[in-house]
Amino acid sequence: MKLNYRIVLFGLALVFGIVFSIPSLIQSESGRKITLGLDLQGGLHMLLGIKSEIAIDSKIKSMAGSIKYTLDDDDIIFDNLKINNKKITFEILDNDELIKVKEFLKKDLPGFNIVEKDLKFQITMLEEEKKKTELNAISQAVDTIRNRLNEFGLAEPTVAKQGSDKILVEVPGIKTQKDEQRIRLLIEQSAHLQLMAVDEERTARVNTMTEEEAKSFGDIILDDVNTKEKYLLKSLPILDGSMLTDASVGFDENNSPLINFVLNRQGAKIFGDFTAKNKNKRMAVVLDDKVYSAPSIRERIGGGRVQISGTFRLEEAHDIAIALRSGSLLAPVYVMEKRSVGPSLGKDSIRSSSIALALGFILVIFFMIMYYGMAGVIANVALIGNLFLILAIMSLFGATLTLPGMAGIVLTVGMAVDANVIINERIRELLQEGKSVSKSIQKGYDNAFTAIWDANITTLIAATVLYAYGTGAIKGFALTMSIGILASMLTAIVGTHGIYQMILPKINKNKLGFWFGIKGEK
Amino acid sequence: MQVFKYKKPMSLMSKSKRFGIVSIIFVILSIGIILNKGFNYGIDFEGGTLIQVQYKDYAPIQKVRDALSKEETYNGATVSFFGSNKEIVIKTKNSSKKLGEDLSDKITKILKDTGNFEIRRVDMVGAKVGSELREQGLMAMLLSIIGILLYVSFRFEWRFAISSVIALVHDVTITMGILALLSIEINLDILAAILTILGYSLNDTIIVFDRIREGVKTMKNPDLSDIIDESVTRTLSRTTLTSLTTFLVVLTLFLVGGEIIKGFSFTLLIGVIVGTYSSIFVASPILMRLGFSVSEFREREANKIKLAKEKEKMRAMYENGVI
Repeated sequence: MKLNYRIVLFGLALVFGIVFSIPSLIQSESGRKITLGLDLQGGLHMLLGIKSEIAIDSKIKSMAGSIKYTLDDDDIIFDNLKINNKKITFEILDNDELIKVKEFLKKDLPGFNIVEKDLKFQITMLEEEKKKTELNAISQAVDTIRNRLNEFGLAEPTVAKQGSDKILVEVPGIKTQKDEQRIRLLIEQSAHLQLMAVDEERTARVNTMTEEEAKSFGDIILDDVNTKEKYLLKSLPILDGSMLTDASVGFDENNSPLINFVLNRQGAKIFGDFTAKNKNKRMAVVLDDKVYSAPSIRERIGGGRVQISGTFRLEEAHDIAIALRSGSLLAPVYVMEKRSVGPSLGKDSIRSSSIALALGFILVIFFMIMYYGMAGVIANVALIGNLFLILAIMSLFGATLTLPGMAGIVLTVGMAVDANVIINERIRELLQEGKSVSKSIQKGYDNAFTAIWDANITTLIAATVLYAYGTGAIKGFALTMSIGILASMLTAIVGTHGIYQMILPKINKNKLGFWFGIKGEK
Repeated sequence: MQVFKYKKPMSLMSKSKRFGIVSIIFVILSIGIILNKGFNYGIDFEGGTLIQVQYKDYAPIQKVRDALSKEETYNGATVSFFGSNKEIVIKTKNSSKKLGEDLSDKITKILKDTGNFEIRRVDMVGAKVGSELREQGLMAMLLSIIGILLYVSFRFEWRFAISSVIALVHDVTITMGILALLSIEINLDILAAILTILGYSLNDTIIVFDRIREGVKTMKNPDLSDIIDESVTRTLSRTTLTSLTTFLVVLTLFLVGGEIIKGFSFTLLIGVIVGTYSSIFVASPILMRLGFSVSEFREREANKIKLAKEKEKMRAMYENGVI
């Protein structure tokens, strides 16, 4: 027996295949291994859309807020500051301050179009800025959701932008429907915190007031989260969650949970100033457009420490604190697609597809030996090598194995022997024409090559398109099939050829029935 | 063992009309069924919610239906057994956009009096995503066909490409016709199966075409129908064997692979049968009908060889310093 480069190559591939597929096969802790798809290990897969329109609205709102703050701070008298149809309008009374205001607007509001006529200002957002805001909203949402899931303590969640306006969220290992719902609530939460002043002049009339009417006063009507009591609030908040640095769960004197949060320096200053100026008035703590509490201000509150009390359950308080800490979503997200698989179903899927794989494998192996004799055995060696290679390559890339991916492997088992069927048929043909064994093998491989090559390339074209256009689990199918085809070129063509070359001296031309499953021509 | 022992070429081409008529009838029937009956689109393409529930014992399907009929959100929901009589699937066209609450959140409460159960799977696809996925699926199919056309034209000749693509369309149409006939639910995995059939059936066709190409180059007899008969007969053994091994594994997948991939493996089963048929009986006759000319092909090949030789000669001369 002599070594040749083909058998060496095949041997190396086999060793490579076995070594790198071991971590996946025994599911060891260390080493690169195949990740199981959510459909096999159980978990939650979601595609979220984002209402980026709302990010634009709130940006405009916060711009109006900062105009108000600066004008107040500079003691410039202004009136009628309103937002209508994405337009900020206000007027100033003193002509002398026109230049100063214009300058500050230009500096503080890049990306906005500022028009002034007779001391009346009209401010609109530029298209470019809108696009930027939308893009920002989505990338911020991706980061925020990732932070929230990480803080929640989930193992390896995936959060990624998909396409231009979608977010893919994958969370493995969710046990119950209830846990899943909790995670969905955590992600959904805008966590938009606002501290708002109660409009004390008009709040008595809140129950008879329409939303339109409230709007005309620059107010907004919001409900209490528990009692549904209505509050009339100034629609420009005193400050919002962007000035928050920390949030944590605490307990009040009755031992019921509440959320403490800390403001940054700027926030603390604004809050301190506001509370100093508005003693005995009420201020509402608003989270996601629900009023959690509306205490009266007794004295100036410095230090920037605020709390939200309400009748929280501990779990709820914990999740809200996480959401507040990881920042608010600039725009709300909604679900476009959701797939969740329970762990027991995943296990069942693994079991049944493994049985199918094993059974299919045994059938093919048995069939090949029956039909081709030793040539079949050689083809089977290649097939086993092929399986190991698929696993090894997938492990190295940390690829995900899905249920359709398992189906892809099963299918590959059926199709990978194809190359050997073609080769063996060619060899048989030549043997029956009376050619010598070595010549038959050599020519058989030569003749079969173009057919195998072209056939595999075309299948690869279909698989590549499937990979590019498929989603989730389907991608897994295209992947295993592509790897299987490529690996089979090495194992089935190069590997088996090498084996034949090595054992050629042993092949007895009088025993073609044993070696190739045919009766030799005497 | 040897089942297909080559003795003499089968006379396929002389019967090609008969096969052609059979194929045309099947294709027309399939198109008729698809147009009349339409596909039974699943939630992937239509949007909706699917909930898979497993009971400890026999699933009380009527009780579940009664419980759901009282709920507005489950208006028009269908309930059916899934794989065994312990497991059911609830399907509705409704889906919820709100992340915090979806249709499945309430199901535990709704079904609480029906027995001991576990919710194993919830799939929800919004209508917008559904239509997007459908467009993508169509795109994928078109793209693969174009890719295949280009490659086969490049490696063989345009008539080979057209023939193989017609054979593919034949396979896909008949497969989809059967899916429509049996009201099998069309989801993403079925699309994947159909794309796999594209690749698989083409694989078979290419093997036959490769033999024809070889025959055109080497056989003394320049009659195309004889070459085709010879080539198809020569590859018949391989085509049948590979189809058999593939069929075997797909069959095991269908029988023991679990309920979730039943639709997928069933589609593949049909595809393997139709694909094998078409690569033996459909693709090559079309090649003939398209007027493929052996002498032309030979001339072109000869030219190619001549050109290559001349180039080599020139290079040799160049390297020897003659030019």
